Amino acid sequence: MTSTLDAQPARHGTAAEPRPGDPEITPELVSEHGLSTDEYEQIVRTLGRTPTYAELGVFSAMWSEHCGYKNSKRLLRLLPTEAPWVIQGPGENAGVIDAGDGYALAFKIESHNHPSAVEPYQGAATGVGGILRDIFTMGARPIAVLDSLRFGDLDSGRVRYLFDGVVRGVGDYGNCVGIPNIGGEVHFDRGYEGNPIVNAMCLGLMKRDDLILGEASGVGNPLMAVGARTGRDGIHGATFASEELSEDSQHSRPQVQIGDPFTEKLLLEASLELIKSGHIVGIQDMGAAGITSSASEMAGRAGSGVEIDTAKVPVREPGMTPYEILLSESQERMLVVAKAGHEGHVEAILNKWELEAAVIGAVTDDGMFRVREGDRVVAEIPALPLTDGCPTYEREGIESDEVRALRERDLGHVLRDGDLSDALLDLLDSPNIGSKRWIYDQYDSTVRASTVAEPGGDAGIVRIRGTNRAIAATTDCNGRYTYLEPRVGAMIAVAEAARNLACVGASPVAITNNLNFGNPERPHIYFQLREAVLGMAEACGVFETPVTGGNVSLYNETDGAAIYPTPVIGMVGLIADVSHVTGSGFRAVGDAIVLFGECADELGGSEYLYRATGEVAGAPPRVDLLAERALQRLLLDLGRQGLLHSAHDCSEGGLAVALAESAIAGTEGRFGCDVSLDDELPGTALLFSETQGRVVVTVEPARLDLVLEAAGAHGVPAKRIGTVERAGHGLKIRSPRAEVSVSLEAAARQYFSAIPRRMEQNVSVDRAATSPPT
Amino acid sequence: MRVAVVTFPGSNCDHDGYHAFKLVGADTRFLWHRETDLSDTDAVLLPGGFSYGDYLRSGAIARFSPVMEAVVAFARAGGPVLGICNGFQILCEAGLLPGTLLRNESRRFRAHDVWIRVERSDTPFTLAYEAGRVLRVPIAHADGNYFADSDTLARIEDRGQVVFRYTDPDGNPDPAYNPNGAQNRIAGIVSEQGNVLGMMPHPERAVESVHSSTDGLGVFQSLVTSLQPVP
Repeated sequence: MTSTLDAQPARHGTAAEPRPGDPEITPELVSEHGLSTDEYEQIVRTLGRTPTYAELGVFSAMWSEHCGYKNSKRLLRLLPTEAPWVIQGPGENAGVIDAGDGYALAFKIESHNHPSAVEPYQGAATGVGGILRDIFTMGARPIAVLDSLRFGDLDSGRVRYLFDGVVRGVGDYGNCVGIPNIGGEVHFDRGYEGNPIVNAMCLGLMKRDDLILGEASGVGNPLMAVGARTGRDGIHGATFASEELSEDSQHSRPQVQIGDPFTEKLLLEASLELIKSGHIVGIQDMGAAGITSSASEMAGRAGSGVEIDTAKVPVREPGMTPYEILLSESQERMLVVAKAGHEGHVEAILNKWELEAAVIGAVTDDGMFRVREGDRVVAEIPALPLTDGCPTYEREGIESDEVRALRERDLGHVLRDGDLSDALLDLLDSPNIGSKRWIYDQYDSTVRASTVAEPGGDAGIVRIRGTNRAIAATTDCNGRYTYLEPRVGAMIAVAEAARNLACVGASPVAITNNLNFGNPERPHIYFQLREAVLGMAEACGVFETPVTGGNVSLYNETDGAAIYPTPVIGMVGLIADVSHVTGSGFRAVGDAIVLFGECADELGGSEYLYRATGEVAGAPPRVDLLAERALQRLLLDLGRQGLLHSAHDCSEGGLAVALAESAIAGTEGRFGCDVSLDDELPGTALLFSETQGRVVVTVEPARLDLVLEAAGAHGVPAKRIGTVERAGHGLKIRSPRAEVSVSLEAAARQYFSAIPRRMEQNVSVDRAATSPPT
Repeated sequence: MRVAVVTFPGSNCDHDGYHAFKLVGADTRFLWHRETDLSDTDAVLLPGGFSYGDYLRSGAIARFSPVMEAVVAFARAGGPVLGICNGFQILCEAGLLPGTLLRNESRRFRAHDVWIRVERSDTPFTLAYEAGRVLRVPIAHADGNYFADSDTLARIEDRGQVVFRYTDPDGNPDPAYNPNGAQNRIAGIVSEQGNVLGMMPHPERAVESVHSSTDGLGVFQSLVTSLQPVP
């Protein structure tokens, strides 16, 4: 373990004095602030003196993993971040890409795992609120939200309580602000029992010229606090998010912020109006670490300094100390750098939207992050060392022997032949495979009247009003694969995301990522993190989908047990003509069913294995990035020519589940199918392996030759495997060693009741048993 | 036709309604809730959303917005007023329509397509449809469960004030297709004079080919037709 970026001694020496009543700075207090002895010594060198209590709080927040990326920064540098269509890469509130016709698309994903683990409703709600603000502070109007969720198994009452609360929280916040939720994913596995994952992604659209950055430039320009008042909620949320969870974490509820989507909606409209007005030079969300991070980061980016007077910050209650004001994570607040002399105009716009604006400080030229409380200077810290001087660590990474043994386990015991109808019906009843309608029916997916496809397809799509263009987005990651083999798992996450986009007819262009991992100070976890980043970098390089930003959430552990490493990929794609969009459901009786890609015996990490034996073992499926790229290009080519009636990728549950989903879950009603496979693979391996690089498409018989020829030209293996039938025919699959024959009613019953029937059990009883006293 | 789309703090379907009226050629403008001048207006839309966050009770605060006094006067004078979703809730709170919208029976926000049968085609909002036609339109609400006391309910049924009812896709009554538990499967009603319509489903989200249907377009076309000067 090494700490680089050594402290720059303060140029003039800094001056700040303790405030009467401040606690003494002791090693215990330093440790409670999540800072190591080395880090504390670096702070002392930076300041040339002992920090004040307020300064200690500021460093604690800014040098937390959440704000400072101290364990991940060096790895993140390995990711590709550039392409001609990237307008803004990592480092800002959100990444921005060129969306064509003078439009730019801002997008980002962010986690709210820790808050959601202790207070699911507010934790999830404020996660959505935060990611919306990251988008509209760029000058973009939010046009879509996606959510990527992970929970333990639904047979636990506590898990059902968390799941129910998170879904309500995500829904209520986005519904109220009026941003359609167009997709996402959810997985249930005991690996997430104590630590749910709640990642929210937002997309926003703007005219290229409206882009604005979070910079505090122009000496003398006023800093203004805008939106909600500052209260005592969420103090030290960033530090909390950078620790492991334990029994005691339930007492961290006061660190969870409370969301107010109505104020957010007003703030959204006011911010966009402000940005267009020309009265401001910079704007930033007061998110994690509140005023501290927004003000110091804006100064850091501009190479300027800032001075803030906490006595001028509008507060919710009297008696708040500078420490509390600096570290409050009260929601729905923005920091605005106005043009000097334009304060009145800014205030007028905020007042129109029934919000407050107050001048709380100014931009300076001395490079300091200075905080006053009236006449007393309570913090004076060089801004750049604070924001960019956070010590970064490259740690030792060693694969766990236990995981290696799991990966090398032989899975011969789950190979079966014969009638596998019941096995398919059982898979359709898995909450990981079954319909997610129970979730998305609680999310407004059609507000803004621009959503193209219904949620539940391979990717969400919104059109750009006034053009033929549309934008598609998806989130993907299979934590089991990443657990068993992190590098391969991360590659698959990127490949699956790109495949999902290509299936609907969108060209993949960029990603935002959310790295959800355990405690990186443990070598087995650091190994996962490093390997996953390497896998992601390789796949993004091959697909030319640079990373434009994202979020790192480490320390996802409860009582020493880490989650599966879960590097969620949020990928966006562009559709030049919205009429080229392809759905995932079968559309016409008599259509030829064609399989792109080849089948293999790859049950490692599969849902079938988990359902059949409870194991998470074996090697995850192999992934051939060049073959994936060829498949994506083939799908886009065919989509543009209008040759496909449907396209659906094979993922959890394998080929049999993909066929079943296309049969029962399409928007054009239900269809049967008759499929005949000539592979000699064992039955369960053929039907349920999650082999990558496969897509099931349907085409009119008259166009079959064209499609097969195109596949040949792209070098993608393709063969006709069957025909779409009437619903009454049922779902029939035959191979030399296995067969499936189920009615559509039976399949649909399993598929659509998988989640609802589990959630109809009482959640509140368990809640009472596991919640802390309030 | 000149349409005013009212924006309350928290309205979020104002733009969707605006575009739907533009699509049928109406001269459409936004009206901030503090404005009160409806002199150049032929029809008013109270759009969906969460006015004042739906805090206290859906629509309960918005009815006190300055614009509502003008809207009430406009409606009393016979001007057509369309309230969609939150707009319907506000119309009930303002006393322009009878009854109220309770929390959905499921106690959950529900957002998906529903089917509604057109019960009357002689209102300014339904001229473009034939009575009995079944429309596919989305809903997105937590408080859409229409309720009125038994006398009121009997009266609005007797006077034929129910304009839309939830049905199955073939137009048959089926409780499984009532998304919120509304009495008598009521999805939309008009005032006694017939010039004020409140409905929970969102016709403005079913007007273009990218939407799951275009069945909602008739509501906007009907208003344009009804307001065309008779030659």
